[in-house]
Amino acid sequence: MQIYLPIAELPISVLLVLGLSGAVGFISGLFGVGGGFLLTPLLIFLDIPPAVAVATVAAQVAGSSMTGVLTYWRRRTLDLKLGGVLVAGGILGTIFGVLFFNSMRRLGQLELVITLSYVTLFTTIGGLMLYDALRSALRVRAGRAVRLRRIAGTHPWWMGLPWRMRFHQSQLYASIIPIVALAVTIGFIGAVLGVGGGFILVPALIYFFRIPPAVVVGTSLFQILVTMTGATVLHAVTNQSVDLVLAVLLLVGGVVGAQFGGRAARNLDVGAFRLLLALLILAVGLRFAIELFIAPTEPFSVVLPESAR
Amino acid sequence: MSRVVRLFFTCAALFALPAEAETLIVSVSSHQIQISSNYTGDQITVFGVVERDGRTVARADPYDLVITVRGPPRMLIVREKERLGPIWINRTQRRFPDNPVYLTVSSNRPLDEILGAEAARRERIGLANAQRLENSGLDLDASTTRFHNGLIRNLSEKGLYAEEERGVTFLSPTLFSAPIEVPATAPTGPYEVEIALYAGGVALARESTSFEVVKTGIEQRLASGAHDSPLLYGLATVALALFFGWLASVVFRRD
Repeated sequence: MQIYLPIAELPISVLLVLGLSGAVGFISGLFGVGGGFLLTPLLIFLDIPPAVAVATVAAQVAGSSMTGVLTYWRRRTLDLKLGGVLVAGGILGTIFGVLFFNSMRRLGQLELVITLSYVTLFTTIGGLMLYDALRSALRVRAGRAVRLRRIAGTHPWWMGLPWRMRFHQSQLYASIIPIVALAVTIGFIGAVLGVGGGFILVPALIYFFRIPPAVVVGTSLFQILVTMTGATVLHAVTNQSVDLVLAVLLLVGGVVGAQFGGRAARNLDVGAFRLLLALLILAVGLRFAIELFIAPTEPFSVVLPESAR
Repeated sequence: MSRVVRLFFTCAALFALPAEAETLIVSVSSHQIQISSNYTGDQITVFGVVERDGRTVARADPYDLVITVRGPPRMLIVREKERLGPIWINRTQRRFPDNPVYLTVSSNRPLDEILGAEAARRERIGLANAQRLENSGLDLDASTTRFHNGLIRNLSEKGLYAEEERGVTFLSPTLFSAPIEVPATAPTGPYEVEIALYAGGVALARESTSFEVVKTGIEQRLASGAHDSPLLYGLATVALALFFGWLASVVFRRD
């Protein structure tokens, strides 16, 4: 069954979109990431114009993170205070990101910047996480304890910087300087790559701040909810590229998929959880690397200006 | 205007007539393609008749017909990937202003059998010639042709450009019809249909008509809503998204 998308201006198979968004929603619910970093490239692969894909995925991510936020809120595993600090930093980073995005577009190198960032970011983060997950898995097998939580009285130097703040829910007492810096970086990357940034935020909060994973996921979803809601409205106002019909299809698949993902997450042990996320991120990074290193069969590509569609 | 001058023009017109002895009468099966929510592309039939009057000389060669359909013009950017160290990146790009996004050239037999390459260029027949490249200004040089060929390959791959060597059927020596495929990805806007008649490589007549592709119903309302009141559209989308999210958390709630 095909349906015509009014803004993307092409017909698309309803079942295909539902299946894809369901699968990505499952991953999103499982890992507490937005899933935009998977869904956007998939939609572009289906010939949906990149601007429409980015903007519509933002709406979908807002919807599915809403479900997650409500669930974690009821379970009281959502740190609103930490979330607020992350949102404030994220907004600042988004502004820098948009400025950088526009200057790169003027220079005509935007596509290269995006591909290179995807490759470096995804392979680095994925590789590091894979290494770490494998190492701790080996430790578990050797019978030694996994040191995920902080040992009382010790903390990395960045948490001891000035302006320390207490985050009860996250069991964290740390300087807000590294937290805001992290949020700014993620807002920046998110604006440039058109992704929510959950896939960076979640591991960063776990590894650098040793916040309990359950709280990290809820808080990360909260940050994604706020930024993606803003991003959807901004995309709609600035380039009219939000496709309502596509958004509804993605939402239906996404929210249902996220439910099952969220349930699966509770039956999954931490080690396997990290290993899977690492492999997933690494796979996306390698996918982009292949595009960069393999000689293209067709060196020419045609760009339809978005306003022309 | 003096009588002498008027007489001169009348005579000139009379003498000019035999050269345009054939006339084309053409039409399209529909002047409007409507995009509704189950739209998956459409087909338009161009049909017509070659009309000869009493003065028409008998032709030694049979008629040939070339039908060119041009979609709405857009600014297209073509990029070329080049090797830089170990990686492949887009290094150069060319702009093609006012280039049709959709283009089909249908004929009753291969174009090179109908007319010569030089004539095809002059008369804008064929995918490579249908769009004149002179208006791109300083961009025009030898490599422009390479980029233009890349553009044609890319859009042909997407089904937006096509050359149909047997696309025109003569039902009788003078009656013809040609189906024109309009894929679902073809842009909305006016489409210009140009029909050129040849015999033995000589252009005999040219006629044009048009049709348009428009969105209707809910498709049209959503598209115009997105453009006319973007803030409202954006807020509505967000509200809908958050509602779906809330609904899911209620439906799937287990505690």
